[in-house]
Amino acid sequence: MRTLNDLKPGETAVIDSFTENDADMDYLMELGVMEGTPVVFVKSAPLGDPIEIDVRGYHLSLRRSRARCIRVN
Amino acid sequence: MNPSENVSSPRRGLTVALVGNPNTGKTSVFNSLTGLHQKVGNYPGVTVEKKTGSFTFSDTDVELIDLPGLYSLVPKSLDDKIASDILTNPKNKISVIDIIVLVADASNLNRNLYLLTQIMDIGKPVILALNMMDVAKRNGLKIDVDCLQAELGVMVVPVVAKKNKGIDELRRGIVALGGKQDTLKTRHLQVEEEFSRVLEPVCDYLKENTYYNEDYCRSLAIRFISSDDAIKYLEGEWSRNLDGARLKKLIGTARKELEALDINWHMAEARLRYKWIDRMLGRCVTRSDIISSDISERLDKILTHSVLGPLIFLAIFAAIFQTIFSYAEVPMNWIDSGMHELGLLAARLIPPGLLQSLVIDGVIAGVGAVLVFLPQILALFFFLGILEDTGYMSRVAFMMDRVMRGAGLSGRSVIPLLSSFACAIPGIMATRTVHDWKERLITILIAPFMSCSARLPVYVLIIGAFIPAGSVFGVISYSALTLLSLYLLGILVAAVSAYVFKKTIKGTGRPSSFVMELPPYRRPSLRWTALQMVERARLFVTDAGKIILAVTIVLWFLASFPRSGGQGDDNDFAKTPIEQTYAGRFGKTLEPLIKPLGFDWKIGIGLITSFAAREVMVSTLATIYNLEDADEGSVDLRQALVSDTDPQTGKPLYTIWTALSLLVYYVLAMQCMATVAIVRRETNSWRWPALMIFYMTTLAYLASFTVYHIGKIWG
Ligand SMILES: Nc1nc2c(ncn2[C@@H]2O[C@H](COP(=O)(O)OP(=O)(O)OP(=O)(O)O)[C@@H](O)[C@H]2O)c(=O)[nH]1
Ligand SMILES: [Mg+2]
Repeated sequence: MRTLNDLKPGETAVIDSFTENDADMDYLMELGVMEGTPVVFVKSAPLGDPIEIDVRGYHLSLRRSRARCIRVN
Repeated sequence: MNPSENVSSPRRGLTVALVGNPNTGKTSVFNSLTGLHQKVGNYPGVTVEKKTGSFTFSDTDVELIDLPGLYSLVPKSLDDKIASDILTNPKNKISVIDIIVLVADASNLNRNLYLLTQIMDIGKPVILALNMMDVAKRNGLKIDVDCLQAELGVMVVPVVAKKNKGIDELRRGIVALGGKQDTLKTRHLQVEEEFSRVLEPVCDYLKENTYYNEDYCRSLAIRFISSDDAIKYLEGEWSRNLDGARLKKLIGTARKELEALDINWHMAEARLRYKWIDRMLGRCVTRSDIISSDISERLDKILTHSVLGPLIFLAIFAAIFQTIFSYAEVPMNWIDSGMHELGLLAARLIPPGLLQSLVIDGVIAGVGAVLVFLPQILALFFFLGILEDTGYMSRVAFMMDRVMRGAGLSGRSVIPLLSSFACAIPGIMATRTVHDWKERLITILIAPFMSCSARLPVYVLIIGAFIPAGSVFGVISYSALTLLSLYLLGILVAAVSAYVFKKTIKGTGRPSSFVMELPPYRRPSLRWTALQMVERARLFVTDAGKIILAVTIVLWFLASFPRSGGQGDDNDFAKTPIEQTYAGRFGKTLEPLIKPLGFDWKIGIGLITSFAAREVMVSTLATIYNLEDADEGSVDLRQALVSDTDPQTGKPLYTIWTALSLLVYYVLAMQCMATVAIVRRETNSWRWPALMIFYMTTLAYLASFTVYHIGKIWG
């Protein structure tokens, strides 16, 4: 299954599930990133990492290592 | 009888807390309500401590508390915790707060309401201030305020804090609500029957052992079941009222029961609240299809472009340095000639003698020498202010995260470090937003390597005196280039130090992360930036001025006495060789220690007085040279430095290598007592500030030594 990390700039997807449950992921959920939430992959930083996503109408940055733990479809 | 008690209608007093997500405009609302000028900026984490103010509206005195922003009542960093503690700490049996005003970003309501629903469960009267209505409108959002009010069960006031719109309505709302308990209650945490039953033992235990009401106990029970972080937060606080082990056991049992029921307890709170919010907003907010072309996004494509992004970043800073050097020169000269005139005037008004010397050589020369650099400092603040206001700072953090990782940090440390270019003290305060303690500590330890504005006068003076005129390809002057190199040197040493600390300091073991909100770009408000500049100029002139004045007067005394011969003839005064005064003797004693760096006793005195504030070096040299100078009126400090000669050899006392050595010393040395004090406070121990003084000063000494000796070998 694809993860958030595999998306291309401009691509939209819906979050399916998390492959990890740590404090950082809990934080993402409090910020509204959870199963069923649509996200837009906006872009990645000049050095390829971190990435910027559009979720619930605001922009959030997170590292690719985290994005790999978020399955999307 | 106390006369103030004898008024016909007793005045009411209310305490109101402003809370909300970071960067939603809480401080802007606070400023509009109180008329104060607390710092605002377009990035999350501007406010990192509690600030208070007040206003009076229809016979009610309202005490207002502005708090750092937070996303949820489970704090992740110290600034979150400050806000969260005030609202929920069980130790405050009866919390002092009468009303909570939740400031939400109307253009981004969904996530903002997560915190609102958490806070409503506390059971205090809540007002929702819908800020940034202008942005919401521009983005094509139609928010039905009545619908929101009905669904949420709280008063909703639309405002545009930046334009002072809706502020009176908010005042009226606060006063009208008074301390009345909110009667409209809605249940945002709607759970299934079975879930509710499993929760009961935890709820009951909390109800019996905390001061919280039933609703909040239920909310807390779900929070504790949802994540261990929430439990950790209260662990420190509950010891008196609660048995942590017992509660954890209850939670463990509840989790197991939920698993048996096939209910996912993990982050159940977030799932439940967002489900409710999504449904509610679907009813109250409509989005028109005409999506205005998003300027912010297009701008961002260029500013964080993989090639252009870093180039623009460098160009911005090169432009700032060039401006500081070339354009600021003009107002500098005005101040300089103003000071010169003042000196001449004083010479005419005050008869020659001790008093004249104190005024001219001490106060005017000393304070004036530093005041001259006010335009540069303001220029620096102006540019940093603009960068903070536009939202660019967050993009720098975004672009730099990958680089910072190498030093064991994350993009989160970027904003505190950038603030440190103005002054390390707010920079170190801003590290409160860094989640991880080890990362925060490293950031604190390297922040003073960022050249602060207090170093600027020293840099500019020395560069102006010793760096030859000319430019590289006619674009950037040697002076600006030297200045840029000094800043880069600080950054480089900071990076290496961070790497060393990363390897040596023990951490929490949590993986580093960079989950951070990126705010949209906003047009910087020139009025605001100008206002903040005036504020800083005032602070510089008064606060720094006081220190400089005090040090200068003491120095003038130490550098004037004891008088040689001692006949008491005032006219002989100027001829007293400074070497024989207290200051001179002290400097001479110090000289062997700093001789290897190329510094003489005069610089030595400056190094000592710099402990009060770095820019005092400049006023110190000015005072010394003015005392040495037999003529009336003030000397040109640059000229005096260049033409000073070694009395034994007759050669120039200071060479370009002395200058470079001194500059390097100022980049690296820990000279600021105020910084030491703040590090002590923020790390809660003497260990770290002591380490800081030691390693920074050692580094500075070694580096200056090296520079000076390379110069000596060179010739
Ligand atoms: N367009 C618009 N911008 C606003 C409004 N209110 C505040 N701003 C801007 O939003 C940004 C954040 O404002 P602050 O008042 O610093 O926000 P804060 O909530 O105190 O932020 P933190 O202290 O970081 O949590 C600033 O750039 C303000 O100029 C508004 O009503 N409309
Ligand atoms: Mg604020």
